[in-house]
Amino acid sequence: MNTSVEAVWAALEELNDPEIPVISLRELGILRDVHSAPDGSLEVVITPTYSGCPAMSQIEEDVRATLQRAGISARVMTRLSPAWTTDWMTDAGKEKLRAYGIAPPHQTPAGSKVVNFISKPPKDEIVPCPHCGSAHTVESSHFGSTACKALYKCRDCQEPFDYFKPY
Amino acid sequence: MKPAIDYLLHLADNALVLGQRNAEWCGHGPILEEDIALSNVSLDLIGQARLLYQLVASLKGGNCTEDRLAYFRDTHEFRNYTLLELPHHGPLSGYAQSSLDYGTTIVRNFLYSALMALLWEALEKSTNADLAAIAAKSLKEVRYHLRHSRDWLVRLGDGTDESHARVQASLDHLFPYTQEFWAHSPAEAAAIAAGIGVDVTTLKADWDSIVDAALEEATLKRPALSGYVTEGKQGIHSEHLGFLLAEMQSLARAHPNGVW
Repeated sequence: MNTSVEAVWAALEELNDPEIPVISLRELGILRDVHSAPDGSLEVVITPTYSGCPAMSQIEEDVRATLQRAGISARVMTRLSPAWTTDWMTDAGKEKLRAYGIAPPHQTPAGSKVVNFISKPPKDEIVPCPHCGSAHTVESSHFGSTACKALYKCRDCQEPFDYFKPY
Repeated sequence: MKPAIDYLLHLADNALVLGQRNAEWCGHGPILEEDIALSNVSLDLIGQARLLYQLVASLKGGNCTEDRLAYFRDTHEFRNYTLLELPHHGPLSGYAQSSLDYGTTIVRNFLYSALMALLWEALEKSTNADLAAIAAKSLKEVRYHLRHSRDWLVRLGDGTDESHARVQASLDHLFPYTQEFWAHSPAEAAAIAAGIGVDVTTLKADWDSIVDAALEEATLKRPALSGYVTEGKQGIHSEHLGFLLAEMQSLARAHPNGVW
């Protein structure tokens, strides 16, 4: 790894998601790769989360602005495949979500076939409350404030909270 | 390249038209949570449409853009299923007007999501790598749309006498339109032959089992399939699409080349 690639990673290390400003793009798994292209210039590869996520254009702009402030010249590329998954979220990132009041996503179910997915929620889908840790929680809505989250309520501390859905 | 473009436009128009319809609930949902849910489903659908239009624009080249495809084509150029352009209520005659009916919205989203969950999964193997990548993303999203609409279908069907009767009426109204899913258009046949598209008739048995299981749980009766098979995906639409497009396209047409 040459120094410029490292410099790009370092410059973007502290860049947080615009919607959930406690977790970095790297921890979310949005920042996929930094490499030097055959023509010698640097390329930063990001991947979209949800297809319709309104934050994506903001994220691309934020990456550009951060690099510019650091005096780094690099291209920002968007890559669709392999599709982003919440499984790429780092453990440190998940812990930050929890501390922020958002229950972090479970592992996506292996080989999740459509028919299995809709029949019944798997048993391990108990979402612990990020406030009090209770497993006594209930889903109030499949969709929360953004497409990536569901709305839950804790039956013990009575607090509502968001759950970052496995994707 | 033409089979790919025609097929991608069919998929894109499906997503955009249903996305626009569902967005009509924004600010009008029966409860706040559902208002937000439908808006989020719309965002997903419009996002999928954008990815597909961007791909079409790159295949067409020239000065084609996603906005050009979404805002500057007319009714006969749209290739969506007729089912997706219908208003959120049952059939009416003359100048009769009706308010939005949530049961109709739910039934339509369920019937379409059940198909797309299977179709996106199959399209992950498309020989068009860009389409396969979009399919992999869309599949993750449509599973949540399917779970959402299925849950509400059961809740309404197995709910009160009133909710049961209304959602059964919505099902009776919309179900015949699903015949269009299984009748190949020339564009689909060409895409299948080129390895880009998927033969939807191979998905019908799975679709039937998803639908039948949900209807049984919802205590609803599966209507018989009969009557006219709509041809929206061949550009022959109901009277409703023009009004939908007029609303959706008016701003872009009033300010052509506007950027915001």
